[in-house]
Amino acid sequence: MSKKTIVSFKLNGTATDVMVEPRELLIHTLREKLSITGPHIGCETSHCGTCTVDLDGISVKSCTVLTVQCEGAEMLTIEGFAKGGVLHPLQEAFTQEHGLQCGYCTPGMITRAYRLLQENPSPTEEEIRFWMAGNLCRCTGYQNIVKAIQYAAAKMRGESVTSSHPLMAEISA
Amino acid sequence: MDQNVENHGRLEKLEGIGCSRKRREDPRFIQGKGNYVDDIKLPGMLFAVMVRSPYAHAKIKSIDTSKAKAYPGVHAVLTADDLKPLKLHWMPTLAGDVQAVLADGYVSFQNQEVAFVVADDRYVAADAAELVEVDYEELPAVVDPFKALLPDAPVIRPDLDGKSVGAHGARKHHNHIFNWQIGDKDKTDRAFTDAEVTVKQDMHYPRVHPCPLETCGSLASYDAIRGDLTVWITSQAPHVVRTVVGLLSSIPESKIRIISPDIGGGFGNKVGVYPGYVCSIVASIVLGRPVKWIESRSENLTTTAFARDYWMTGELAADRNGKIKALRVNVTADHGAFDACADPTKWPAGMFHVCTGSYDIPNAHVSVDGVYTNKFPGGVAYRCSFRVTEAVYLVERMIDVLAQKLNIDKAEIRKRNFIKYEQFPYLTPLGLEFDSGNYLPALEKVLEAVDYTALRAEQAQKRADPNCPTLMGIGITTFTEIVGAGPSKSCDILGIGMFDSCEIRVHPDGSAIARMGTISQGQGHQTTYAQIIASESGIAASQIAVEEGDTSTAPYGLGTYGSRSTPVAGAAVARASRKIREKARKIAAHLLEVAPDDLEFDLDQFKVKGDPSKAKTMKEIAWAAYNNVPEGMEMGLEAVDYYDPPNFTFPFGAYLCVVDVNKKTGETKVRRFYALDDCGTRINPMIIEGQIHGGLTEGFAVAMGQELPYDEQGNVLGGTLMDYFLPTSVETPHWETDFTVTPSPHHPIGAKGVAESPHVGSIPCFSSAMVDAFAHLGTTHFNMPYNSYRVWQHAQSLGL
Ligand code: FES
Ligand code: FES
Repeated sequence: MSKKTIVSFKLNGTATDVMVEPRELLIHTLREKLSITGPHIGCETSHCGTCTVDLDGISVKSCTVLTVQCEGAEMLTIEGFAKGGVLHPLQEAFTQEHGLQCGYCTPGMITRAYRLLQENPSPTEEEIRFWMAGNLCRCTGYQNIVKAIQYAAAKMRGESVTSSHPLMAEISA
Repeated sequence: MDQNVENHGRLEKLEGIGCSRKRREDPRFIQGKGNYVDDIKLPGMLFAVMVRSPYAHAKIKSIDTSKAKAYPGVHAVLTADDLKPLKLHWMPTLAGDVQAVLADGYVSFQNQEVAFVVADDRYVAADAAELVEVDYEELPAVVDPFKALLPDAPVIRPDLDGKSVGAHGARKHHNHIFNWQIGDKDKTDRAFTDAEVTVKQDMHYPRVHPCPLETCGSLASYDAIRGDLTVWITSQAPHVVRTVVGLLSSIPESKIRIISPDIGGGFGNKVGVYPGYVCSIVASIVLGRPVKWIESRSENLTTTAFARDYWMTGELAADRNGKIKALRVNVTADHGAFDACADPTKWPAGMFHVCTGSYDIPNAHVSVDGVYTNKFPGGVAYRCSFRVTEAVYLVERMIDVLAQKLNIDKAEIRKRNFIKYEQFPYLTPLGLEFDSGNYLPALEKVLEAVDYTALRAEQAQKRADPNCPTLMGIGITTFTEIVGAGPSKSCDILGIGMFDSCEIRVHPDGSAIARMGTISQGQGHQTTYAQIIASESGIAASQIAVEEGDTSTAPYGLGTYGSRSTPVAGAAVARASRKIREKARKIAAHLLEVAPDDLEFDLDQFKVKGDPSKAKTMKEIAWAAYNNVPEGMEMGLEAVDYYDPPNFTFPFGAYLCVVDVNKKTGETKVRRFYALDDCGTRINPMIIEGQIHGGLTEGFAVAMGQELPYDEQGNVLGGTLMDYFLPTSVETPHWETDFTVTPSPHHPIGAKGVAESPHVGSIPCFSSAMVDAFAHLGTTHFNMPYNSYRVWQHAQSLGL
């Protein structure tokens, strides 16, 4: 065990100080010390993306970042998306388009998709698939995740949107 | 018209069967408020790490834990010697074998559990695990089941020395587990002797892993004062875990509480009981503090429940028109070092005998030999019901091989052999009774949707053009699945019949809580069970809370795997709802001062026949249930149902796949995949579509890239996400889905279960397409996975 240091950063808009060993990974600090359990651990080897957080305007896999590297950083996790009880368009979109099942990949997916839409408000399906390739999902087959991101993009551009799964479609048919 | 609008509005409010109701579980997941095992934190909680064997086969000469124990922050280091006094160093498996919890003198697969280190946090535990010194004497390993059966093969299980009979009958060799046969061998052999045409094909279904995104883990908390044990665990079958823990620990089940919280995907991986779970429980009892154990990804991929690893030889006998007369199958099944297959007790090859498929085959015989190797144990259903994937793969491949031999189109040969609609219920030669099916219209719908004739014409053109850079392959499958295990007369786990359960309580305000013995891992039970209750009892789905996974509150059930939730628990839900409705009818009759038979049920109320102005809503009835019931009736409005299904259900589908293979590089693109599924009554179309997308994607993964290969020393070569293929959004094809509806006649609402069909049905469809790409060059089969390298090798072998 080595000496601990204090690291300070802004987490979902709140100034945060935390004491860590130099070797501690950001995902562990978030989950174990700061009660931020939205980002998950699926591999700890940078492959799955469940641990994705937004760090100073880029998506990072927080299992591959040391907490001590985050001094002075601005960090956004899934916990920072809904504001005053109102869901972020991406959150709404994932429900409306059924872009999740077990939910394990979802916080990472939404956080990554957020960065995509910051950089490119009107991505094509191909661009979405390319941008999301670092985030694995075992449940959905991605098709509805792509649709969810398109839904959120449209909503964020101010267009009107509806779910592709109308409640009564099959009953009315 | 007005009536219709009103009804529509009431239906909409009810959100019953057939609605694409948005999921109730989503709000917590999209806001990062899911509650998975590793999210749970208890005061005083410790963290554990497993020390594992680097060797596949070795004697353990000694274990020195002194340095690890002396490391600051370490609370305990457990080895087999610590578990022996508690008789917990071995545990029973679901397949009637035993498995070492911590290695007892020898290891028989790489990464086998050797010691368990408990410390203040995961960093300290990992540091200390490095300090455990184990002295091994390496022994020769055997990873090939055929070599394992050679006379002089290394003995993989010295603990079974001299045991010539195992849980499933005679063992013919020291590494043999069982031989299981079904069907009429003589009649089948005779059909082969008399046949005009026969075909035979060897195929390997490689060892793969379900690899849910969340690994396995447990958090055990023993309260020494109350004598209560609570365990949060990633389990698809919490009640069964409670029974196993009770058996192992001698703690009464009333003192054990197993909680499956949110689960990050299961796909069969989370059915069994793993050594880490047991060790966390022991450690918590010994230390009096909560102990958490969470697997790493590599531990998950190399020690917890793999699937498949079946070496199959199929044979078909037929006449010249392609009408099949008999099927003969021989399987060598690699079960790894311990037989830990998750199958119903009496079925060591699960439901493999569904292998006659959608076809009217008069004679069949199957023989399966289970074999020990120095590989990790398991043998679970990976998104399928107990070896159904293997069975469907076999028959779908074989019918293609026969079609090729006779030069009959793959769609046509299927049509000639389908079990006809009028033949249901259909008794197969291997003793299963298919409940319902309508195969021909399903296949025809698909062929028309994709314009099959045009596809074949395009293919012919490409084949004729020597300069065409791609090979085009068209795959077809028309599969029948078997799910919903199962009737307790033939299916049990550890002696407990495979029923499932539901308990519903309606509160005075007309809202309700329902609890089941199953547990969702992404299937959306909280959403869909409420829809069944809504349609059956008239309580709006939005007013129903659904709870599962806590053995202290939920009624006993066998859990969620093998697509059994809808066919079994779903039936219990419907029947419990009907009990509620019938009691409500009596209360309504009492309130309206008519006879119960004078009432008709209309969505959410009971109306007096012929006088619809007189009615009582379910909300009013619920209130009355707590203050004004007919004389002699008990107060309250609740119901329990334990449902023992009379039969399995048999969902089916017709799939078609088009691939383009680059002749020079072996790269393959799935151009089109059209999946038509028939799962009987459809509860939530949105969720069904999602399940199908997921199943197809997992099927794509298995066919195109997944495999856990071993080298000769027994090192597993696929144990990280670097090596083990999980498709990303880029490789995953676009899916087209379709459906027909053929309800199950014996299920209360006609539903059959859906989540596994797309996995079971798509894998042979990919194989069918890949083989088809090379069929004109004489290829009848080549083994999965079809990664570019393997496809390129195949192309090279054909001189392309
Ligand atoms: S846990 Fe960080 S990428 Fe998988
Ligand atoms: S929803 Fe389960 S991993 Fe994506």
